Amino acid sequence: MSIERDNRLEPLIFDYSVPGRGAEDQWPAPSGDAAVADLPAALCREQPPLLPAVSELETVRHFTRLSQLNFAIDTNFYPLGSCTMKYNPKACNQYAMLPEFLARHPLAPEAQGQGVLECLFELQEMLKAVTGMQAVSLTPMAGAQGEFAGVAMIRAYHRARGDLERNEIIVPETAHGTNPATATMCGWVVREVPVDAEGDVDVAALAAAVGPKTAGIMLTNPSTLGLFERRIEAVARIVHDAGGLLYYDGANLNAILGKVRPGDMGFDVVHVNLHKTFSTPHGGGGPGAGPVGVAARLAPFLPVPVVARRDDRYCWLTEDDLPQSIGRLSAFCGNVGVLLRAYIYMRMLGRDGMAKVGDYATLNANYLLARLTRAGFDAAYPRRRASHEFIITLKRQARDLGVSAMDVAKRLLDHGQHAPTTYFPLLVPECLLIEPTETESKAALDTFAVAMAQILAEAAQEPEHVTSAPHTMPVRRLDDVRAAKQLDLTWKPAP
Amino acid sequence: MAFVPHTRADVAAMLESIGVESIEALFEEIPAALRISALEGVPEALNEMQLARLMSARAQRDGRHLCFIGAGAYEHHIPAAVWALATRGEFYSAYTPYQAEASQGTLQLLYEYQTMMASLTAMEVSNASLYDGASALAEASLMAVRANRRSRSKRILVPCSVHPHYRRAAVAIAGNQGLAFEELPFADDTGCTPVAALQRYEREDITALVIAQPNVFGGLEDVDTLTDWAHARHALVVAVVNPVSLALLKPPGHWGAKGADIVVGEGQPLGIPLSSGGPYFGFMTTRLEHVRQMPGRIVGRTVDADGRAGFTLTLQAREQHIRRGKATSNICTNQGLMVTAATIHLSLMGAEGLRRTAAAAHARTRELVAALTSLPGVRRQFSGPVFHEDVIGLDVPVAPVLQALAERGIQGGWDLHRHYPQLGSALLVCATETKTAADITRYRDALADCLRATRTA
Repeated sequence: MSIERDNRLEPLIFDYSVPGRGAEDQWPAPSGDAAVADLPAALCREQPPLLPAVSELETVRHFTRLSQLNFAIDTNFYPLGSCTMKYNPKACNQYAMLPEFLARHPLAPEAQGQGVLECLFELQEMLKAVTGMQAVSLTPMAGAQGEFAGVAMIRAYHRARGDLERNEIIVPETAHGTNPATATMCGWVVREVPVDAEGDVDVAALAAAVGPKTAGIMLTNPSTLGLFERRIEAVARIVHDAGGLLYYDGANLNAILGKVRPGDMGFDVVHVNLHKTFSTPHGGGGPGAGPVGVAARLAPFLPVPVVARRDDRYCWLTEDDLPQSIGRLSAFCGNVGVLLRAYIYMRMLGRDGMAKVGDYATLNANYLLARLTRAGFDAAYPRRRASHEFIITLKRQARDLGVSAMDVAKRLLDHGQHAPTTYFPLLVPECLLIEPTETESKAALDTFAVAMAQILAEAAQEPEHVTSAPHTMPVRRLDDVRAAKQLDLTWKPAP
Repeated sequence: MAFVPHTRADVAAMLESIGVESIEALFEEIPAALRISALEGVPEALNEMQLARLMSARAQRDGRHLCFIGAGAYEHHIPAAVWALATRGEFYSAYTPYQAEASQGTLQLLYEYQTMMASLTAMEVSNASLYDGASALAEASLMAVRANRRSRSKRILVPCSVHPHYRRAAVAIAGNQGLAFEELPFADDTGCTPVAALQRYEREDITALVIAQPNVFGGLEDVDTLTDWAHARHALVVAVVNPVSLALLKPPGHWGAKGADIVVGEGQPLGIPLSSGGPYFGFMTTRLEHVRQMPGRIVGRTVDADGRAGFTLTLQAREQHIRRGKATSNICTNQGLMVTAATIHLSLMGAEGLRRTAAAAHARTRELVAALTSLPGVRRQFSGPVFHEDVIGLDVPVAPVLQALAERGIQGGWDLHRHYPQLGSALLVCATETKTAADITRYRDALADCLRATRTA
């Protein structure tokens, strides 16, 4: 091992561990053996777990240094398509973390939670307003769980009507992977339908696919291609006429906030990703929240609990109140702390602010698309207007220069730009899905466009410098194949 | 306000670059009949100062109370450093570490987390989190069906002493895929699962047996016997555990002769505030042989182009973004920030701090139960050993007593009547290291008052 420290990396927390050390000020006083003498010896642990023995300062320094190895919205432009990486206002965090909110037990009496319940009730009402739905449940803990709730409600609806033959869910080929995975979790058969050359659902293929087995369709609009589904009214008619229901995946709601509502488009059930459209922090992978909204005919099936107001008191409705509910998706009532952050964000935006979101998210996407097209990149759908995001395809560069979408993504990191989403949707070869969001300035978009233009020039002159990127990150490109073959998933002490 | 930074000049230049007259023109592809003019039902904006007043008033309305409720969510001390670090923007405002080279902080932290959780549960591998303990049980049940190739039945035995909300969530989430959850009764005297309850399944095809340790009553199950029974019949064992308890209790990897197969639980006791129920996080660990059946993100250590160690998401062929309809789960977004907090919390606690926390919580609960059962008409419901939670029986209905206690600022426990009416007037109580002798006395005296008032009423 080298004497000099590699300053780009941080040792493991276990490397700091010294037996006998610890953040003792954080621990309760020892209780003595008598305190646990009633625990049967046969049920007790023999060897202590492998946890680090480190001081508080060592802990603070270690995790601070780790944090500095990350790109984040607070440090870098983060145009990760389909994820809506907009600024997370600090107020949302601070006022959701007021001590009274944090200390409240989920099973505490409702009388001692009227403040938080009022926020949640008003959040339900606002979500009804922005989606055009009749009833909302806040309990799903992420988008995928919201999808699950939505599709499970469609199942429960058909079953309650004795319509037991329907077992197929239609999903466009461009759908996010969670859509077919969710349909499987609900026990459905997935049927994919193609999109046409302009990115709209192939309506003729859809008409041929629906029938007495059709339970419903899962659709994102704008689609994962960053395009508004122009024939949505026809799609709704075809599915409804076949007796199916329409489920709206709210992944891309940011694009149309204040412009058009899923309920008006004909959707029967929607989920909303609060960590996208309503700016709750992505947290390095979560937590999110995926509330579901439904048309009146699906309201009896909402997952519990749901907040209700009765005589100016707020209370939870449970299985006892909603006997046809699809049930409980979490131990308590979902990610309440995330819901509070979204509530605060929505109150700060208000009616006019929300309309601005759709406007400026769309303006930014179309501006960046225009700049990148002029810089020599190929739009995947050049005849279409971008929604809040758009796709460029590097098929030409991959063929002519041997530089892939992943290479460009990695080289962007050297420019201080987080990479867009790569290789999704799968339909478009060598693609980058770029979503700038409304909170980015023109200057930030210009900087990104310049970086992209420089990478394109570099790819022509010095392609190996692009294909070997990144060069300035804490690590160079990682060996994913080795990671999956020689599994090293936990640290082990030297024998 | 929408946190939009554009000046008028910016907008004009951008529209010119796009080649349109107005922002409105960018929405031309949306059918006109569908457009709305304003979001009726959304109130006018508040600025941050107004918002601060509103939220502070609502928080004050909820107040602070002396809480003796457990039942799956526990009030533990959380060091200030935990959330000071976890809310750093570099953790807080990043997303899933798809770009590994720009996410080494999150990835290394997850690798450290996986190491800690694997060791705490005495298993070989851990994922990077699920949503919460209840949904983790559902995922574990689905995973058991995939992992147990000797079983075709999709039958999962679940003791009634498993938290009722967990059982309901498992049915709601996994039931649509044909899993059958069959309930095992508990013994009247101990509140635990007797081996006799398993006899009728002696010759049947069972996919997995769920064992909660401690169970919802705080009771300690005979985990070794139950585990061996299951393994002798080729059923897998799904353990549901409280991570703090594992500082004292035998980890699932050491249950019986072979150890549990899949371990899940609620991560909230590891530095996560109660927050009315979430966000928390579900953890899951398992044996290496089952890792390809595990749902959720997994981080691996590998090397970069220069041979230096680095971290990356791995085994992604299990996941929905690759495998779509054939994925192990639909989970995508998980509870990353909660895991960040838990990893920091576990670092500050270490094995000794966690052990002291578990022991102190257990000691306070014993003191609480001793104090409460010193009152006339109050007794322990069950006789067996417990960990830091217990059921007390009253000779009057629980609900009015709890309400009277709440009016005195005391949240006295969880009324078991709704889920376990056969127990009569039974109250699940919990104290943790956060409670003092004075707190316990205050509860006892208030309960004495309330009981007296109830009996005279």
